[in-house]
Amino acid sequence: MPKSYENPRYAYRRAPDQDRAETHHPVIVVGAGLVGLTAAVDLASRGVATLVLDDDDTVSVGSRAICFAKRSLEICDRLGVAERMRAKGITWNRGRVFFRDREVYDFDLLPEPGHNWPAFVNLQQYYAEEWLVARAVELGRTEIRWKNLVAGIEPRGDGVRLTVETPDGPYHLTCDYLLAADGARSTIRRALGLEFKGRAFEDRFLISDVVMKADYPTERWFWFDPPFHGGHSALLHRQADDVWRIDLQLGPDADPEAEKDPGRVIPRLKAMLGPERDFELDWVSVYTFQCRRLERFRHGRVFFLGDSAHLVSPFGARGGNGGLQDADNLCWKLALVLAGRAPEALLDSYDAERIPAADENILNSTRSTDFISPKGAASLALRDAVLELAEHHAFARAMVNSGRLSKPAVLAGSPLNTADRGSFAGELVPGAPAADAPILGKGEDDWLLRHLGPDFTLLVFGTTEGLDPAALHALAEGPVPLRQILVGDGTASSLGLPVLTDCDGLARQRYEGDPGTCYLIRPDQHVAARLHGFDAAALATARDRALGRSPIEANERKAAAS
Amino acid sequence: MTGKLLTEPRIARPDDFYDALIEAHRDLDEAASRRLDAKLILLLANHIGDLEVIEQALATARGAAAGE
Repeated sequence: MPKSYENPRYAYRRAPDQDRAETHHPVIVVGAGLVGLTAAVDLASRGVATLVLDDDDTVSVGSRAICFAKRSLEICDRLGVAERMRAKGITWNRGRVFFRDREVYDFDLLPEPGHNWPAFVNLQQYYAEEWLVARAVELGRTEIRWKNLVAGIEPRGDGVRLTVETPDGPYHLTCDYLLAADGARSTIRRALGLEFKGRAFEDRFLISDVVMKADYPTERWFWFDPPFHGGHSALLHRQADDVWRIDLQLGPDADPEAEKDPGRVIPRLKAMLGPERDFELDWVSVYTFQCRRLERFRHGRVFFLGDSAHLVSPFGARGGNGGLQDADNLCWKLALVLAGRAPEALLDSYDAERIPAADENILNSTRSTDFISPKGAASLALRDAVLELAEHHAFARAMVNSGRLSKPAVLAGSPLNTADRGSFAGELVPGAPAADAPILGKGEDDWLLRHLGPDFTLLVFGTTEGLDPAALHALAEGPVPLRQILVGDGTASSLGLPVLTDCDGLARQRYEGDPGTCYLIRPDQHVAARLHGFDAAALATARDRALGRSPIEANERKAAAS
Repeated sequence: MTGKLLTEPRIARPDDFYDALIEAHRDLDEAASRRLDAKLILLLANHIGDLEVIEQALATARGAAAGE
């Protein structure tokens, strides 16, 4: 239990459901951790009530996932907690890599200005969870039941039946959809007997939080084979409250219990921080890691999110950030299906989109692990050769891998995407998360991403010339709400559309937004389609595709409507 | 840039080359020797710069290519 933070205790309360035979809830989330709470708040923000069950009565014990990546901050901003995270946390963009006693390489993860959110904010996981709980209470659509352990589940064709253990004994619930966000040792995954395939790594790592006053720059520092911890790696990261995360590689033969002893830990830290530095040990843990995933994340009416679905090594901060993107991806789809606005087939795209994303995270974190803890003499020689060459040769710097830090998944192969019409050169391909840019909205400084969502959004660039008001109206009145926004220099006629002024021209640049260019943006801020020139029919088709409607279904609907 | 791995003789003085290679390892212990080889591979691979050629060389070195 860390000393720098007192975990809140959320009281167990007996629920009326416990005196009933079997109460039904449309959506039950298992696990009030980072990912489960994100899903609950996301669904609440879309008007969907959820019941969250958690076997404990508090937030994360220990700082755990500390690096919130830009995309996670954008998601949290939509959920209403990111400003608190920025205010409390440590903003950083730069990493430095040292080999033995020399710096060999540094990198800037966000080298261009004009983004609301930085590459990373470091913040202890318990703060994020505490604020998500508060946000859920504020939105009023989430019931969290603490000390409610899911002891058994029984999948049915149209839902799931659960057995829940409480301090007052067991009771039963049913739901239409179950979101299993119950972590690496998921009981739901075990209850369904699902295989969790992948690799386990033997190397042990000491993870410690220390409290100290230090004026090290707010950067990620990584050492290979430093003088203070010879033959192994070390990582230093700043968190809120003058807490610093220090990871030390211990090797495969380390004794996990003995290594947790402060009598052993403190000398290791003193060697690193210097004898004159005052610090207090706040939290310590010894871990090994695994890269695994479920073959599928959707099993009928059960969805796996976060660590219950996939595990990665910590290098690259791809665990928590990957889990937040799972929730971001699933919740808008589930909300539309529950509202009867999209077919249930839309939910299959969760697998189609998040499995490749998990594979990308696993691939990157496996490669980082192979570089950080090389197996065998040949791998070690190659790794050290890269590091020695890196000091003087740029080509080798590109191979130094102390963690390829989390980037948002580009859902490039998604069945929800519509292929480009016309030529685009940049990175905002269909499936990519929308780019941010500074804008003026109603004369106030603002950011483009704040205006994308919670519904589908049509961005029209530059001019309303060629737009047909009747066609725009028809699009807005389609099967789902579609916000329509003109992004321009503020001088063009807006046809009554809300206008965002592209004050620095960065929106136009990032979106290749020549006048007349249109983007259809999904409720999770990913690009569904882009085209040069307004075409209502093409946009309606792209929207239907992004809703999981096959063209045949969409045509049938049209025929039925006319 | 997608070339084919060239395996016909291309080095003008093969004995000099081989001698230079052996000479580079003189007085190095096992680990230092391995690191030298590793650096050499990395430098030459970057000079070639064509991943397809490098993959052919890797396959040939492992004896996977037919007739090797």
